Amino acid sequence: MAREISLAVVDGILIGGVYALMAVGLTLIFGVLDIINIAQGVLVILGAYLSYSLFTAAHIDVFVGLLVTVPAMFIVGVAIHWAFIRRLRGTERTSMTLLVTYAVALIIEGVLYKIYGANYDQINASYTNSTVHIFGIYIEYIYIYGFILAIALVVGLYALLYRTRFGRSVRATMQDETAARLVGIDVNRVAALTFGIGVAVTAVGGMVYGATNGGFNPNSGYDLISRLLAIIILGGMGSIGGALVASVFMITLESVVTVWYPVWAVAVFYGALVLVLVIRPTGFFGRKAVRAQ
Amino acid sequence: MRATLPWFSRNAIALSAVALSVGVLAACSSSGSSSSSSSSASTNNSASKTPITIGASLSLTGDFSADGTAFQKGYELWAKDVNAAGGILGRQVKLTILNDASSPNQVVTNYQTLINSDHVDLTFGPYSSLLTGPASAVASRNGYAFIEGAGGAPSVFQTPQNEADHNVFDVSLPVADQLMPLVNYIASLPASQRPKTAAYPMTDDPFADPPEQLAIQKLTALGVKNVYEKIYPEEPSQLTSAAGAVAAKNPDMVILGSTDVPTMQSFMKAFETAHYTPKWFLGESGPDQGQAFISAVGANNADGTMVPNGWYPGYNNPASQKMVSEYVAQYGGSAADINADVAEAYSVGQVMDQAIVATGGLDNAKIISYLHSGVTLTTVQGQVKFDSLGENSAAAAFIFQWQGNGTKFVQVLPAGDKASVAIIQKSPWGSS
Repeated sequence: MAREISLAVVDGILIGGVYALMAVGLTLIFGVLDIINIAQGVLVILGAYLSYSLFTAAHIDVFVGLLVTVPAMFIVGVAIHWAFIRRLRGTERTSMTLLVTYAVALIIEGVLYKIYGANYDQINASYTNSTVHIFGIYIEYIYIYGFILAIALVVGLYALLYRTRFGRSVRATMQDETAARLVGIDVNRVAALTFGIGVAVTAVGGMVYGATNGGFNPNSGYDLISRLLAIIILGGMGSIGGALVASVFMITLESVVTVWYPVWAVAVFYGALVLVLVIRPTGFFGRKAVRAQ
Repeated sequence: MRATLPWFSRNAIALSAVALSVGVLAACSSSGSSSSSSSSASTNNSASKTPITIGASLSLTGDFSADGTAFQKGYELWAKDVNAAGGILGRQVKLTILNDASSPNQVVTNYQTLINSDHVDLTFGPYSSLLTGPASAVASRNGYAFIEGAGGAPSVFQTPQNEADHNVFDVSLPVADQLMPLVNYIASLPASQRPKTAAYPMTDDPFADPPEQLAIQKLTALGVKNVYEKIYPEEPSQLTSAAGAVAAKNPDMVILGSTDVPTMQSFMKAFETAHYTPKWFLGESGPDQGQAFISAVGANNADGTMVPNGWYPGYNNPASQKMVSEYVAQYGGSAADINADVAEAYSVGQVMDQAIVATGGLDNAKIISYLHSGVTLTTVQGQVKFDSLGENSAAAAFIFQWQGNGTKFVQVLPAGDKASVAIIQKSPWGSS
């Protein structure tokens, strides 16, 4: 039993890293734009398919392929913001963005079904099944790489937000959009670029998801979005570090519960969310704490 | 001054005209209709050349999309063959397929649309027991026969509507018995050759659980020690943990209550990571999906994986071989690529065809009675004979296995069957 629990904890931490890669973009977009991007799950799958296509058609290594997929997804993100999001104004903006991003999700899903069909695919790079043996547990290299990427991404985004002029603009917009306009910040440009960055980092999550998950198809995004939303709420909406902590915490908890009572694991996952919010309504690193920095 | 007619007299002509018009309209509608939602209405339109409309809801997107699209191909291939042969009773068949997105709520809406708005003559079933149950209730309320090929769980036949109306007919193998050939084979082995330990992870699904629970009972009685038995939701993040827990027990045999390829893939990947290979490995669904399965897990990894089913592409049946050739001609690939769902769907069409011809029309009540009459029908999956519940009592259970480094999908059980070849142990995991 001890071995099973150890394995569950290790699996939880590593899979949590994968979910962090997928959640970071979502929380960044919410933090700056107050948009809950329901299309995030499908965008992860889009990223997975882009990596899959480069790998199978052009034999480009999946990590090298990120040099292509990340900019491509950035463009997709900017295009989505330009076409659908920037026009939304007023008091109903938040609820409208839910509908709009859901529509975007359906469009992307439809296009993916048309191109790739309904059969499940997986990114089978040579190292996706290679393992390292540590303390009696076999760990896949791809999960380790994914976890390292998650940390690197969080650090990178922090550097972007706190060490660059653009980052200052983003934080100013997060704190007070009107005041940001008054000091000369092009809020619309900041919003578009932030949305693009949020979608671009999703390409990384998509690649790792495609390489680690047991197959994906255009529909797979719906399995993800409810969990990603729960993760960013628990981590604190808008908190990038919070997304990483919350991912690891919740997936590990679920993984450990699965050892005993798999059917209850999902209930525990969402029950933990409710419990934490009762104690700390803003999540681990809620928005007030974030904006106070 | 002209004399005026009394009110009644003045309006008698108008009233008569109205009555005559209504009578003419009523006469026209009762003789001209080619569809009816009433089971008692006669719809014998053999003299009419309007197409026979058949409605179905399939999972073209969603969790069951891989199977749903295979079912669509099976239905469409059947319709094409029937129409090429002149149709049924001289009438062409027209399929209307709606997408239920693998949702039990949407499937109900779809059949309500097909029956009450589109007024289809007949209905075919959806994919999966999860959707067939609620869908069949709609068909029952409207008096429709519900012939289906992928709703074999006991819960489908135990709905109040089916118990009252007996309108559900499953052309495929009843799921509860599908692991019995494996159980019987293990029982036939000397105790020293039987697997010593077994693990039974099951998805929370009405299709996956009943056969496995029966197998658990029987195999435990045979001395196969049960080291793991859990039901879990098909959440992607949980599959790896569940598979790791199974691998940690190192059982000789794993019977996986799977419903799709991703579940199989997750478990196989986790087993490979843990450097654990079961000697006996069976998945209830997934390995029967031909190329979809091989593409997902890799041919080398597929080798030795078993799956129960009522059909396989190599089935030595002329009608089945003809269907296989036509499928390959239309969709490409090879026979081994064909998903068993295609044969299930095709068989649904064949049973409906034979029922229409035998009853001489599209009367759903007559079709239901005919199918319950004990008649034996022929399909690409073999013989079909429905019991009082609507299950196919003539279906034979087989176990198939991928062999030849994942290049051949062969029948291995029942062991005494002349088409069966020897079972091989699961090969060690190779690179995909």
